[in-house]
Amino acid sequence: MTKRLCIHGLAAAGLLASAAVPASAADTITVASWGGTYQEAQTKAFFDPTAKELGITIKQDTTNGLDDVRLQVTGNAVKWDITELGADECARGSKEGLFEKLDYNVIDKSGINPKLVHDDWVGISYTSVVLIYRTDVFGDKGPKTWADFWDVEKFPGRRALSGSQATETLSVAALAKGTPIDKVYPVDIDGALQSVDKVKGHIDAWWTSGAQAMQLVKDGEVDMASIWNGRAGTLRKEGAPVSFSFDQGVLTADCMVIPKGSKNKDLAMKALARFVSPDLQANLPLYVDNGPANEKAFETGKIPQERIKDINSAPENVKKQVLQDPEFWRDNLVEATEKFNNLIQQ
Amino acid sequence: MSIGSASLSNIGRSDGVLNADALRADARRQALGLLALLSPGLFLVFAVIIVPIGWLFWLSLFDETGQLSLANYARFFEQASYIKTFATTFKVAFVVTGTCVLFGYPLAYMLAQLPRRAASVCLIFVILPFWTSVLVRTYAWLVILQRKGLINNWLIDLGLIGQPLPLANNFAGVVIGMTHIMLPFLVLPLYASMKTIDVDCLRAGMNLGASPAATFRQIFFPLSLPGLASGVVIVFVLCLGFFVTPALMGGGKVIMWAMRMEQATSLYSNWGAGAALGVVLLAVTLALLGLFQWLLGARATGVWSQR
Repeated sequence: MTKRLCIHGLAAAGLLASAAVPASAADTITVASWGGTYQEAQTKAFFDPTAKELGITIKQDTTNGLDDVRLQVTGNAVKWDITELGADECARGSKEGLFEKLDYNVIDKSGINPKLVHDDWVGISYTSVVLIYRTDVFGDKGPKTWADFWDVEKFPGRRALSGSQATETLSVAALAKGTPIDKVYPVDIDGALQSVDKVKGHIDAWWTSGAQAMQLVKDGEVDMASIWNGRAGTLRKEGAPVSFSFDQGVLTADCMVIPKGSKNKDLAMKALARFVSPDLQANLPLYVDNGPANEKAFETGKIPQERIKDINSAPENVKKQVLQDPEFWRDNLVEATEKFNNLIQQ
Repeated sequence: MSIGSASLSNIGRSDGVLNADALRADARRQALGLLALLSPGLFLVFAVIIVPIGWLFWLSLFDETGQLSLANYARFFEQASYIKTFATTFKVAFVVTGTCVLFGYPLAYMLAQLPRRAASVCLIFVILPFWTSVLVRTYAWLVILQRKGLINNWLIDLGLIGQPLPLANNFAGVVIGMTHIMLPFLVLPLYASMKTIDVDCLRAGMNLGASPAATFRQIFFPLSLPGLASGVVIVFVLCLGFFVTPALMGGGKVIMWAMRMEQATSLYSNWGAGAALGVVLLAVTLALLGLFQWLLGARATGVWSQR
């Protein structure tokens, strides 16, 4: 959704141009993702190897999320054969009947968390929400847990949380009031809201896009923030004085679907089967910080040992984090978001 | 032309009734002809404005299950944040319009007094920001205004302040950013109307003993009001639907109506939720335009149809 505001139009245009090799319609599929460096990484990790193996052309497009799919499906104008979404969007779209059923005789689901394997959608990668702080303000004694982030006396400083992703902010709010990692879901929404209420007066910015979160931290506008691990990794690579870890992170999955009415459904199924296969999944962390959804990717030997500890979905990192439950948010997103808005706009 | 020829053919007859009938028939024919000429335009307006707005209104009447209901409108009263957003939207629009008048009137006045050549150079500087993307200008303001931005760094280096001023990621940041973007919309109509003010009127006033201040107050200012009114209306209405600047400069604390529309279309599975927000904004904007028209006269809101 809002994280998709950061699509890099130019990058997407470049991708489209490079995919403009002529091929007959029968062996061409169109895949849509979030654009930017993430989609560039997917191109190298998933799309190009699959196109080569199956002898097909994979055209690319960018998406803004579930409303794009809904528009195409309800308007009978489906132009994508596969599209990426956030897992809670997949769960909601599934309830609305927007996707084709997936054939698990073609797609091998082993290695993928069963919570991300459904009749009509399957997990593709992970993003983590992590706590980042500036080391020029706190040294290495910065806030390490969400309870620290909430403790404005012990850790004075300027703070930012996500205002657009209520699901993520409520998850960290539950952690902040001491809920153990394995008890966060199902989220006690009213309890989490009370927790947000406690810190609300000390939040200097509620960010609405990944780029904004990054800019707030980078320019020292805030001293600590919730942020996506990919953005946090970029800041570290750019040499910004920041520190973060996967402790108490919130793992949010992305998924892929075949929009209902896709004209190349069978071919899309074969391509999707390749995208989630361990050997292609293992390519993804070589190009980007989003971890593979298939944990067998870590057994392929493709990912260097020293890289594994930095990948959010590596088994030892998964243990430290909360897995956001897409089906919980399918049923509670609207109510929770409205309540969250009421609270932070008071 | 046709009226002329009709009356010519009736010259020499003393029958005035026949003459009037012919004139009336001619006038009707001409009106119909004009309507026929207008019809492509009317059709276009109908197809690209009336139909979609009607459709938008229709969509706003359905809930998530596809049933006819007023749930999308009831939400505005059930959830406190919508009223709050609505109030914020108007507060921002009022304040930005106010600051635009504060800066724009003296600027337009100065431009109107300058010799033509100097004025056209200065006008380029007014229009120049139009050629830069709103996004770029907004980020530029962020660089200037934020805590470790240019202004705060200078002020701290000069020892004028100890703590950075909160200029970005709040209401002040939104107002500064939006004022910059809206200023040309006020200055241009105002400048145009000031240029049409007859200098002889001012001279006459001075001749009759009025001081320069009195001349300005009693002659120039009232004559510039129609231009000011149309500028104010344009700025105010554009502010109501603004998205980019409040989204980036407000730090998530200044939520405007357009931002809620964006959120509603992705949060709810029906278009009705976002459509209802659009219908409310449209209705309120039209009501306001009506109010302006009533208060300021047709010249204010008629700027688009004038000449």
